[in-house]
Amino acid sequence: MPILEIKDLQAGIAGRQILRGVNLTIVPGEVHAIMGPNGSGKSTLAQVLAGRDTYVVTGGSVRLDGQDLLELSPEERACAGLFLAFQYPVEIPGVSTSYFLKAALNAVRKYHGQPELDAMDFLKLMKQKMKLLDMDPSFLSRAVNEGFSGGEKKRNEILQMAVLDPKLAILDETDSGLDIDALRIVAGGVNSLRGPDRGILLVTHYQRLLNYIVPDYVHVLRDGQIIKSGDKNLALELEARGYGWLEEPAAVH
Amino acid sequence: MPTDTGTIETLANKEYEWGFVTDIDADALPKGLNEDIIREISRRKDEPEFLLDFRLKAYRHWLTMVPPQWANIKYPPIDFQDIIYYSAPKSKKKLASLDEVDPELLRTYAKLGVPLAEQKLLANVAVDAVFDSVSVATTFKAKLAEMGVIFGSFSEAVKTHPDLVRKYLGSVVPYSDNFYATLNSAVFSDGSFCFVPKGVRCPMELSTYFRINAKETGQFERTLIIAEEGAYVSYLEGCTAPMRDENQLHAAVVELVALDNAQIKYSTVQNWYPGDKQGKGGIYNFVTKRGKCLGQNSRISWTQVETGSAITWKYPSVILQGDNSIGEFYSVALANNYQQADTGTKMIHIGKNTRSTIVSKGISAGHGQNTYRGLVKVLKGAADARNYTQCDSLLLGDQCGAHTFPYIEMKNTTSRAEHEASTSKIGEDQLFYCKQRGIALEDAVNMIINGFCKEVFKELPMEFAVEAQKLLGVSLEGSVG
Ligand SMILES: Nc1ncnc2c1ncn2[C@@H]1O[C@H](COP(=O)(O)OP(=O)(O)O)[C@@H](O)[C@H]1O
Ligand SMILES: [Mg+2]
Repeated sequence: MPILEIKDLQAGIAGRQILRGVNLTIVPGEVHAIMGPNGSGKSTLAQVLAGRDTYVVTGGSVRLDGQDLLELSPEERACAGLFLAFQYPVEIPGVSTSYFLKAALNAVRKYHGQPELDAMDFLKLMKQKMKLLDMDPSFLSRAVNEGFSGGEKKRNEILQMAVLDPKLAILDETDSGLDIDALRIVAGGVNSLRGPDRGILLVTHYQRLLNYIVPDYVHVLRDGQIIKSGDKNLALELEARGYGWLEEPAAVH
Repeated sequence: MPTDTGTIETLANKEYEWGFVTDIDADALPKGLNEDIIREISRRKDEPEFLLDFRLKAYRHWLTMVPPQWANIKYPPIDFQDIIYYSAPKSKKKLASLDEVDPELLRTYAKLGVPLAEQKLLANVAVDAVFDSVSVATTFKAKLAEMGVIFGSFSEAVKTHPDLVRKYLGSVVPYSDNFYATLNSAVFSDGSFCFVPKGVRCPMELSTYFRINAKETGQFERTLIIAEEGAYVSYLEGCTAPMRDENQLHAAVVELVALDNAQIKYSTVQNWYPGDKQGKGGIYNFVTKRGKCLGQNSRISWTQVETGSAITWKYPSVILQGDNSIGEFYSVALANNYQQADTGTKMIHIGKNTRSTIVSKGISAGHGQNTYRGLVKVLKGAADARNYTQCDSLLLGDQCGAHTFPYIEMKNTTSRAEHEASTSKIGEDQLFYCKQRGIALEDAVNMIINGFCKEVFKELPMEFAVEAQKLLGVSLEGSVG
């Protein structure tokens, strides 16, 4: 069964349509990349899947692991195994990263009827996952994303993904704002989280990230529609030729 | 909480019940205020002459005063002749079991994690003999007495230590200070008294263990705390569990005196009835709290978490008289539904090299209006004085308001005052980020708010801080989303 099945998804904001019929299927174990010019709707797709209510879904369906995703609240989606690494991670002053992550992890565990993790076990888990991303333990006591550098914010997103162990991870421009060393570390973290039970959807504007996280499929989103799909070579072609050579999407009714 | 509103209205509309002369043994004096009433209060409390004089001077002065109009609060005029100024500790009607208690109150207790035995005491349900708070209190008193610490009710102190009371009463908040403090000086019923002698470090947070005993909060309380040279005391006022109170007007006075090298930490959690969601009922809380750093190197810290009352009018202040003395004010004030809070502090720098820190966190939700009002005054002789002020406001929703009025008066060129302020809305972005991680809306709101208040909560004694966090959560329930 696919982990994610998007059929003819249409969504917009304030009377303006942004997604104009997106179709996409991801099977566990696969990594898909969505590329496209700025403003094509990549972040909108990511946010709509996560349940952001500033966007209105006007048509289509989405299934996560067979379950109707659009029926669920954002927190239920998260608990059901959907994770979004934000393009712009949000700061929460005064709330430590460890407190935040513990609350998140225990919410997910509770949803699945598992007991809460105690402080000791939680710390053990964190230490293990932080090593993966070459993060200093002092990170845990800092307020969520507050005063973090661009690279630290992105690493923090992947750390959360590692801890929450989602079925489907959507990474929105995780490479933006990273220097080459940080990119390597983040990509290494993501690669270590590839696995037969997980689907990954990489949203990116540049091909660069895909040198480090090699996708199984590449899709091009333009004006709210996927206009071309291929394998990793499509990304290289886009890199060489830009988006201009792709023909206009079919007219929508 | 409709029952409470009802009670307050009933009380306000209560008919004049007893004639003054014939019924002097009745529990309560008749409504209204005049010199006879004041003499009668003093007589019933068997007070020494100096105290009656203090009351009468205050009363005569009060007659010349008008209620202050400058605060950013709105309320109908109070009829001061329609208030009963003295009633002996009432024995409220005891309930047979928790089943008879308002379920909404019980639900709140449960959310706050108030132990069952305490719930009973708070809700005035008869308790079994197993839970004996009195013996706990007695043990502590004995231990304190051993160290020379005097701690008890104000009335008791008037009897046992009249010289101390006489020396310090009104020395920080003079009887003529302001309309409500002056009223309090004339009619105060009771309160707390604490004296920590030279060199003694009070070994426990005062009043933690007396929390239950404090359930009968008076309408006009008077508290006096004195720390002699090198003494230390941490005092906790209030109770995080909601209390039903039949008095609509509260006008308390708190005076703190710190001598050389002494330190007083005063922490408050105020959770009185705020009125219902439409803004009906609720307590008017007009408090005068002031500390005097009389000695060198002394230190007074106010920490407050104000979540209750319909109206809060309160400016815990410090007079920094001794050289090198330190004044601190850490505050979280919440205004939800139709609550109005006008609160802040005054730091009066008189001595050399004095320091003050002000951290104020205002949270507004619903139609709540939250005002920070602060004065930093540096007198001519206060060479090298320093102040740091930080005022942050957090808005939940777009019907509420936050206002800041920081006043700075500098009469000395070697001194510095720094002020930082911010206003933010609880972010849609923040909430969505939390929810995307699986955290439910209500928990997310609590988490963000507790983060916002962190700098204040860390000043509270540990146990109190945990309770205060829960309390904020309960007070804000349903105000986002
Ligand atoms: N919150 C919003 N309000 C108004 N317009 C929006 C909003 N979010 C996205 N859009 C518009 O939708 C289009 C797609 O944006 P986005 O999904 O961010 O594209 P991408 O991530 O591919 O750069 C853009 O034209 C953008 O201006
Ligand atoms: Mg984007």
